[in-house]
Amino acid sequence: MALTTTAARPVDQTVPAQEKIPIVLIVNGVEASLELAPWTTLLDALRDRLNLTGTKKGCDHGQCGACTVLVDGRRVNSCLTLAVMKDGAQVTTIEGLAKDGALHALQQAFIDHDAFQCGYCTPGQICSAAGLIAEGKARSADEIRELMSGNICRCGAYPNILAAIQQAMGTRS
Amino acid sequence: MINFQYSRAHDVADAVRQIAADPTARFIAGGTNLVDLMKEDVERPSRLIDISRLPLTAVEETPEGGLRIGALVPNSALAYHPLIERRYPLVASAILAGASAQLRNMASTGGNLLQRTRCAYFYDTSTPCNKREPGSGCSAIDGLNRGHAILGTSEACIATHPSDLCVALVALGATVHVAGPGGTRAIAFADFHRLPGDTPQRDTNLAPNELVIAIELPKRGFAENYSYLKIRDRLSYAFALVSVAAALEIEGGKIKEARLALGGVAHKPWRDTAAEAALAGAAAGPAAFATAADVVLRNAKAQAHNAFKIDLARRAIIRTLTQAARGTPQSQSSKKIA
Repeated sequence: MALTTTAARPVDQTVPAQEKIPIVLIVNGVEASLELAPWTTLLDALRDRLNLTGTKKGCDHGQCGACTVLVDGRRVNSCLTLAVMKDGAQVTTIEGLAKDGALHALQQAFIDHDAFQCGYCTPGQICSAAGLIAEGKARSADEIRELMSGNICRCGAYPNILAAIQQAMGTRS
Repeated sequence: MINFQYSRAHDVADAVRQIAADPTARFIAGGTNLVDLMKEDVERPSRLIDISRLPLTAVEETPEGGLRIGALVPNSALAYHPLIERRYPLVASAILAGASAQLRNMASTGGNLLQRTRCAYFYDTSTPCNKREPGSGCSAIDGLNRGHAILGTSEACIATHPSDLCVALVALGATVHVAGPGGTRAIAFADFHRLPGDTPQRDTNLAPNELVIAIELPKRGFAENYSYLKIRDRLSYAFALVSVAAALEIEGGKIKEARLALGGVAHKPWRDTAAEAALAGAAAGPAAFATAADVVLRNAKAQAHNAFKIDLARRAIIRTLTQAARGTPQSQSSKKIA
C-alpha cells in the first residue's frame, strides 16, 4: 500500500479563531462561569480550567470510558462533549459523589472489593456505574457487564468491578 | 482539531438558513462521531451549528398507526421507549447491540444515520482514501481489509456503514424526514444511504443544506418474530463483522412476509428484497433460510482478508431467521447465541 509522503495538512488559516464563548456549568453543585473556545471539550474544561483532575483522559476518542461524567444525571463521555454545548448543564464528576465527608456507596464498594489496580479508569468506572444504577436497566450480572462495556480496565479488574457494583446495588453483600 | 466558529440554531428554519450560508459548516447534535473525526483531522468544518436544543425530541404515534421519532431523540431514550420496546423490539435490540451506554446517551437518532465509516484508512489522513479525499485512491483494497465490505463494493471504496440501528430501520421500511431550503421531503430508508460507486465521498442522498428532522416507522413492527444478531470480535462495544436483522410474519408454519437486512457487509445497511421474496410462502425452516442466505450472498465478493465474512454472513442469516421464526430473539445482554 502506498503511503503519501506529504506531512500533515497545514491548519487552515482562513478559519478565524472565534472569540471565547461565555457559559455556565453547575459542577458538583457549584456554579462555574467560564469563557471557552468552542473546541474545548468538557473533559479539558473540567481538568484544565476547573482543576477537577479526578476525571481522566484515557483515549480521548470515546473508546475507553475513563472520562465518564454525569451531565444532567446521564453518563456521557466528556472527551467527545464540547463544553459550550452544555451551557447551563449540571455536571457531576467523581469529586462530587462523596457527601458530607462520607464516601459514595460505589466508592466504598470499589474499596471493599479491590475493584481496581492502577486506578486510572476508576473515576470513570464509578461515574458510569452511578449512571447505570440511576438508569435502572441492569439487574443480572450479564446486564451489568453489558451496560458497563463502555468502561475499559486494562488491569483487568472486571470481576471485582462487577462485585462492587452489585454491592452498591444491594444485590450482593 | 482545527479552530472553528460555533453558533446555535434557534429553530429548524434557522438551522437550514445557517448551513446554506456556509457550505463548509456542519450540524452537531450528539457529536460522538463528528468530534472524534475533527480530533483526527478528517472533518475540518469552518463552523459547527449546534442543533442539540431544537425541539426534535418527541416520539409520537402517526395517524397511519406508525411512529414518528424526532431526530434528536437520544439512542438510549429510543431503545428504552415503551412504544419501541413493545411494538418495534427489533429497533430496541439493534440500538442496544451498538456502542456503549455513554455513547447511546449522547448520540441522536438522526446522527446515527449520518455516522461515517470506521475504516482505518478513512481515519488515517496520511493514507489515500477516496471517501476522505476523492480521487486519491483506496488504501483498503490493497491493505488490511478484514472488516471491509463484501456486497455492493466498487473499485473506489470497500468501506462499511457502521450503524446497527440503521439495519433495523431499513428492514422495517422506515422513512427519513428532512428539511431543506424548499421545505420538507421524505426519503425511503433504503434510498437514504448510497453505494460507493465512483462517489464514495457521499454516504447519503441528503443534500448538504438539508437537516434530518424525524424518522418514521410504518405500522408493522414484527414484534412477534424478529431477531437482531451481531457478530463481532469481542462480545460488546465493537463494530459488526456481520449483523443481521430478521423479521417474519408466520401463519400456520408458513412465512407470509419476511424482512431481512445486514450490517457490517456493505457501504449501506443492506436490505435484500429478493431474499425476502424467496422466503415469502415458504415453510419457516432451514431449507428456506439457507436459500435466503444464498440469495443475499449471490454477488458477494471477498477481498484478500475478509472471505470469512461470506461464510459468517451465511450462518448468521440462517441463525437469525431461525431465532425470529422461533420467537426467541437474540439477547443483547446474555451473549449466548441460541
